[in-house]
Amino acid sequence: MPILYYLVFPGFVFVSVVGLLTAWFDRKLTARIQWRKGPPILQNFYDVIKLLTKEVVIPESANPTIFLLAPAIALSASVLVATMLGIYNMNYNASFVGDLIVLWYLLTIPSIMIILGASASGNPLASVGAEREINQLFAYEFPMIIAFCVVIFRVGSISIGKILEYQAANGPILYSVSGVLAFIVVLFALQAKLGLVPFDIPEAETELGAGIFMEYSGAALGAFKLTKAILLYVSPVFLITLFWGGIKVHGLGLLWAFLKYILIIVIMTLLRNTNPRLRIDQSIKYFWGWMTLISIIAFILMRVGY
Amino acid sequence: MSLKIGSLKRSIWVYHLACSPCNNCDIEILDVLTPRFDVERFGIVLVGSPRHADALLVTGMVNRQIKPRLQEAYRQTPKPCVVFAIGSCAVSGNFFRRSYNMAGPVDRVIKEIDPNAIVVYVPGCPPKPEAIISSVVKAIKFLDNLKKKKVKV
Repeated sequence: MPILYYLVFPGFVFVSVVGLLTAWFDRKLTARIQWRKGPPILQNFYDVIKLLTKEVVIPESANPTIFLLAPAIALSASVLVATMLGIYNMNYNASFVGDLIVLWYLLTIPSIMIILGASASGNPLASVGAEREINQLFAYEFPMIIAFCVVIFRVGSISIGKILEYQAANGPILYSVSGVLAFIVVLFALQAKLGLVPFDIPEAETELGAGIFMEYSGAALGAFKLTKAILLYVSPVFLITLFWGGIKVHGLGLLWAFLKYILIIVIMTLLRNTNPRLRIDQSIKYFWGWMTLISIIAFILMRVGY
Repeated sequence: MSLKIGSLKRSIWVYHLACSPCNNCDIEILDVLTPRFDVERFGIVLVGSPRHADALLVTGMVNRQIKPRLQEAYRQTPKPCVVFAIGSCAVSGNFFRRSYNMAGPVDRVIKEIDPNAIVVYVPGCPPKPEAIISSVVKAIKFLDNLKKKKVKV
């Protein structure tokens, strides 16, 4: 049965479909903001199927093993995160102590695989992108961990099941000053992890061509696109699980979860459409300056009792 | 096979290659990509690397300097891919056809390395954005025919 969990319901098939539909929603909303009509609903499915059926070109300068392994590992790690979150939301007792740390590590793997793949491709533009991705990774992880600490110390446990139980008993963590501040920090950090526009510095289409994905083609690029789509599904679910009472899979709870999900996606898309791309030094200053400050204030407020 | 072409024709990612143009055709291509014409509704997206591309938008008469680069870009593009020769210069050489640095119109240069390449001609000096969109429609019809005839791309 665990393999079915991983491959079908909260796992691969389900999150791919939901993730690609979410990515379509993001594109459609962007199009409407720019006064366009936007792509049809199945557009992202066409994109991924097309990429999976196309030829894979391996550059001469690349290390083929790492180059082709990186997208596969990134995809499987992101599916694992989605599966774990799905199972914990359905059954609080499935969780174990320290699984928040495991999830945080698994969320880091796609970024590391992008860095590895870009470095293995041997393209100078991709290596510049990889360098920026490393810088950005160090920038957003720090405030994000402090924001996690707000939740962990409030609940008194590192287990996601305990965090969900606490929120079911005492109301969501978001409904407090420290909760709102920590939520904002994690939202921005996930925006940077997804590489959405104010923080799309590693990809930077106008500067680096396609940056980290420069040399990827065909199925390998398709796997990375799918990873991004799955992470787009994971990040709102992760935020809802940690801060907003989790997803209740029966009755009205499902509707509320859907509305929360859509709201977070809309916020991320609006951020993406109303901000120009930052430079890498600005991004690091932003995360190590403002975001760290906000997360420390949130931590202090939480200790004081707000 | 039908899934392959069916998804390809609904999501054509284009890469813009300027092979010694006068920039007029390039501006028309940029016009096509603006919100006014909104080609994203057909799944057409401009990408930054020939590795992601399904179609190469080539403008300009190809001179001797750029010829090997164009051929290399075509070789590096994952197949199946379509080449759009945009503008009179790219189609026929226009008034550069007897020029000393002319290396041939786009189709000749591409077919030198791949005789089975799919080349779409968009004449005009410069072609209107509508003409470019209609050429994409023609390319999609061509891909549909391939699908019906079950030709391997």
